[in-house]
Amino acid sequence: MKAFLLRMYDIYEFLVRFYKEAFLPPYEYKEIINQFFDVGIRSLSIISLTGFITGLVFTKQSRSSLAEFGATSWLPSLMAIAIIRALAPLVTALIVAGKVGSHIGAELGSMKVTEQIEAMEVSSTNPFKFLVVSRILATTCILPVLAAYMGLVGMLGAYVNVHLNEETSFTTFFQAAFVRISFVDIGVLVFKSAVYGFTIGFTGCFNGYYADHGTVGVGRAANMSVVVSMFLIFVEEMLIVQLVNSYLH
Amino acid sequence: MATEPTQTSFKKSPGTIDRNNAVISLRGVYRSFGDMPVLKGVDLDVFKGENVVVLGRSGSGKSVLIKIIVGLLLPDSGTVRVLGLDVDNLAPRELRQLRSKIGFSFQSSALYDGMNVRANLEVPLVRNKRNLTRKEIDEAVAQVLDDVGLSQTINQMPSELSGGQKKRIGIARTLILHPDIMLYDEPTAGLDPVTSEEINALINQVQQRYNSSAVIITHDLTCARFTGDRVVMLSDGNFIRQGSFDEVFASDDTRVQNFYNYNFIIKA
Repeated sequence: MKAFLLRMYDIYEFLVRFYKEAFLPPYEYKEIINQFFDVGIRSLSIISLTGFITGLVFTKQSRSSLAEFGATSWLPSLMAIAIIRALAPLVTALIVAGKVGSHIGAELGSMKVTEQIEAMEVSSTNPFKFLVVSRILATTCILPVLAAYMGLVGMLGAYVNVHLNEETSFTTFFQAAFVRISFVDIGVLVFKSAVYGFTIGFTGCFNGYYADHGTVGVGRAANMSVVVSMFLIFVEEMLIVQLVNSYLH
Repeated sequence: MATEPTQTSFKKSPGTIDRNNAVISLRGVYRSFGDMPVLKGVDLDVFKGENVVVLGRSGSGKSVLIKIIVGLLLPDSGTVRVLGLDVDNLAPRELRQLRSKIGFSFQSSALYDGMNVRANLEVPLVRNKRNLTRKEIDEAVAQVLDDVGLSQTINQMPSELSGGQKKRIGIARTLILHPDIMLYDEPTAGLDPVTSEEINALINQVQQRYNSSAVIITHDLTCARFTGDRVVMLSDGNFIRQGSFDEVFASDDTRVQNFYNYNFIIKA
């Protein structure tokens, strides 16, 4: 119990320090931009692939149920709701947690156990600002972009399936799809993704920054970064959906 | 006393030591980890222009000592004054300013794996001197690489360097801020005798070129003999002997003699 409470205090302290360091100058512009590209580009190919497959397969699986009621014409709007409101932010977050979160945990963890973080401290460089703030800002800002991109690619996958079965045109499909989508849905996608991005960056950085026990600690940091951030993403998804359904829809 | 270890390298020539100007001053420094006391009331003065070698067995608290000097660890009790400032009472910003005057060479070199040599050297420079032009940064990088004799490695990654080269680049990274004090943690550990000799020579060259003071943590007697103006021996959490190399090892204390003899047997 004592260890748990101490851990909670460490997390609180890390969070407070993040906000303090993020807003106080000097700013690590160059490193933040590097991380933007790093996080974005590293995830782009896998997000394109999974987004397309998700849209395609989800449409295929939904078709038979809707066909029973003669409602296959609802497929575009159903897919738009499913992808924009739920699948795009969630699947993107899970992929980035696995790919980027583990990388951040392992990278910072190995820097910690090989004294590279201490080397920054003694060379009068602020390692928290350089390593932690830049990565958390990058994941927080890039995830909404990636989720929006995955939404579009997912809709393309859905269109391919619909087009192959009903020979629906591109314009007709997307007009039907976005009838049920409002700016609130887009806003919620951006908000949710930003929350997930912050969670991934924060969890990865926290676990890496406090890694110990040599290479075992590095492995544990990478593993914990993925497991904890995925768990938190599902909890946050549940809470955000409850809030959105209560107040916005 | 057993036969002396041999050395043919660059020998430290006596520099100017200002005995009235202590750049590092430790008084009654006590530090423990859990129930295990590591330092038990250590007193130490390091004067301007002086190289002090701290000798001791592995686990005797040598590395803890220099981490306390640079503020990476705090003492449980006692005072640590560096360049006239109480290290344990400084605000983070003040501590960063103080650290810009201290160079710390890690045992593992601690080069940033994800950056090439140039970027490694630029990290402390651009964050401590924010108004430098690109040309000035390039010149400073070229200068320190030249000082450590590794100009050709500027675009290499740390993984492409040998152990000795990593040590030199680690030292170059600290020199780029022209520190008043250098702290070396086991500078020759894990290196072959020839490379160790080169590192010893480099430590002396740095001291003379930059007129810096240094604390050198080592268990290598050759390094101690040829880089130290003064040698202090750490054992059981206290300094049991200090003076010139010959004075320290003229002691009849069995701990000192055992340390000397085992070191010599290994080298022989």
